Amino acid sequence: MSPELINLIIQATFESLYMVGIAAALGTAFGLPLGVFLATSRKGELFAAPLVNRVLGIVVNATRSTPFIILVVAIIPFTRLVAGTSIGSTAAIVPLTIASAPFIARLVEGAIREVDGGLIETASSFGASPMQIVFKVLIPEALPGLLLALTLAVVSLLGYSAMVGAVGGGGLGDLGIRYGYQRFMPEMMLAVVVVLIALVQLVQSAGDYLARRVNRRLRHH
Amino acid sequence: MVRFAGISKTYPAYRGKPGVNALQDIDFAIPRGSITGVIGRSGAGKSSLVRLINGLEKPTKGCVIVDGRDISALAGRELRLAQRSIGMIFQHFNLLSSRTAADNIALPLEIAGWAKADIKTRVAELLALVGIADKHDRYPSELSGGQKQRVGIARALATRPSVLLSDEATSALDPQTTRAILDLLANINRELGVTIVLITHEMSVVRQLAKEVVVLDAGRVVERGHVADIFTHPRHPITQPFLAEVTGDSLPVSLASRIVSEPPAGGQAVIRVEVRGAGAGDTMVARLARELGIDVSLLSARIDEIGGQHVGSLVLGIPGRDDAQARVLAWLSQYQFSAEHLGYVA
Repeated sequence: MSPELINLIIQATFESLYMVGIAAALGTAFGLPLGVFLATSRKGELFAAPLVNRVLGIVVNATRSTPFIILVVAIIPFTRLVAGTSIGSTAAIVPLTIASAPFIARLVEGAIREVDGGLIETASSFGASPMQIVFKVLIPEALPGLLLALTLAVVSLLGYSAMVGAVGGGGLGDLGIRYGYQRFMPEMMLAVVVVLIALVQLVQSAGDYLARRVNRRLRHH
Repeated sequence: MVRFAGISKTYPAYRGKPGVNALQDIDFAIPRGSITGVIGRSGAGKSSLVRLINGLEKPTKGCVIVDGRDISALAGRELRLAQRSIGMIFQHFNLLSSRTAADNIALPLEIAGWAKADIKTRVAELLALVGIADKHDRYPSELSGGQKQRVGIARALATRPSVLLSDEATSALDPQTTRAILDLLANINRELGVTIVLITHEMSVVRQLAKEVVVLDAGRVVERGHVADIFTHPRHPITQPFLAEVTGDSLPVSLASRIVSEPPAGGQAVIRVEVRGAGAGDTMVARLARELGIDVSLLSARIDEIGGQHVGSLVLGIPGRDDAQARVLAWLSQYQFSAEHLGYVA
């Protein structure tokens, strides 16, 4: 493989990491509070608002059931409004964030709901405010689950990011399609796939390691 | 200290399930510094009652006065402040798995906004108080059930509450550990003067620790009084079995199987005597034998200490002459022992 092609792969890898990194960070910034709210706002819960919970749940489900490639195209006007352009890696962060936030929210909701309800009652019994319960009880106790959720979200984002090539987003997926498929360069396709596999492995291992480190539930010596 | 005034608690009908009257017409006071046991079957309303004290639940009617303040009328920040003076321990300990023993104990102090240095001192003090100073850095998953409950107790006491609520705190522990935890609670009551309210379905817990007993059934207080009175003179069907448990109403099988209703030749009359009061039974058998000149044999005996009183029963064998039996019964009633003729053994 020529040095130019290798350079292309390196450049595309950085584009992918850029898009996925920023989208994961923004997705978490929106998804984490949304997930915590979804997990605590049913009837009788900490921030009980059953109606809002129901509406947000429907919005989350709707976003998640829209195929990503359709989402990318459908929100182009919004992307242009936010990013100033609808083409390129930075513009691609917009649909990636919008797709990942509800996904992360559902995963966060699941992790938070795993926390023993008795702990909420306990914290209430010694006068903790709802916010203190979230930050001192729910999030620390759900941390292993939250880290695994975030890992899963990043892995999914790597997959999604391959699709934003369709709107000129760049990145590994785009490279694979343009060179590997359209220019009949199977070795390019293979290289892209190998890099993606390596990235996914790396992210998953790091996530698993961190989740294990913070999990005090079953510590053996 | 804690007063329930005209309390009723109703859970409204929800999703087709009918409403439930969890508590009805509750009216009583828990004296400062006392240990009060609340007993009853599951679903009797014990949990609701204890959660009214720390405002985790609100009464439908009436009010709960804790330390002179109507806790049922408080909400938001005021309620949270009041809750700091009421500690609570739980059946399943409810420790945070992500925090060490010390950090679990620190949690209520963090929530109350204590300074870091003060928290550190207070936590060390509490760990020593509950006897696990060496477990400072251990996570709950590395502690035994008894040790976890000690952390729970230390956490509940962290903000120096005047009331400690115990929700089946020993129900998940083995008998030996239960004993140790109950001893610890008794110490805390004695040394810190903390009023303890414990709910349990285990009679043995009430017997060992409580001075006052409240018996709940179907949301109502059906009996209330000093623990020894409740155990020896139960009035309600719920409390009747307590007496049997304490006094050993059921005779040892080997003895029970030998009892007959007609006196066999050369047999003994079997008489059960109830014993009650400080040191009540100590010299009774010796005095009886000496004063009446009758060779009384002791067939079975059980005496427990409940709320500082000796409570139990002795089963005596009296040589089977009718007049001896009559004299023994007369002597016992003269000294106000309640006695019962059970039959005869050969």
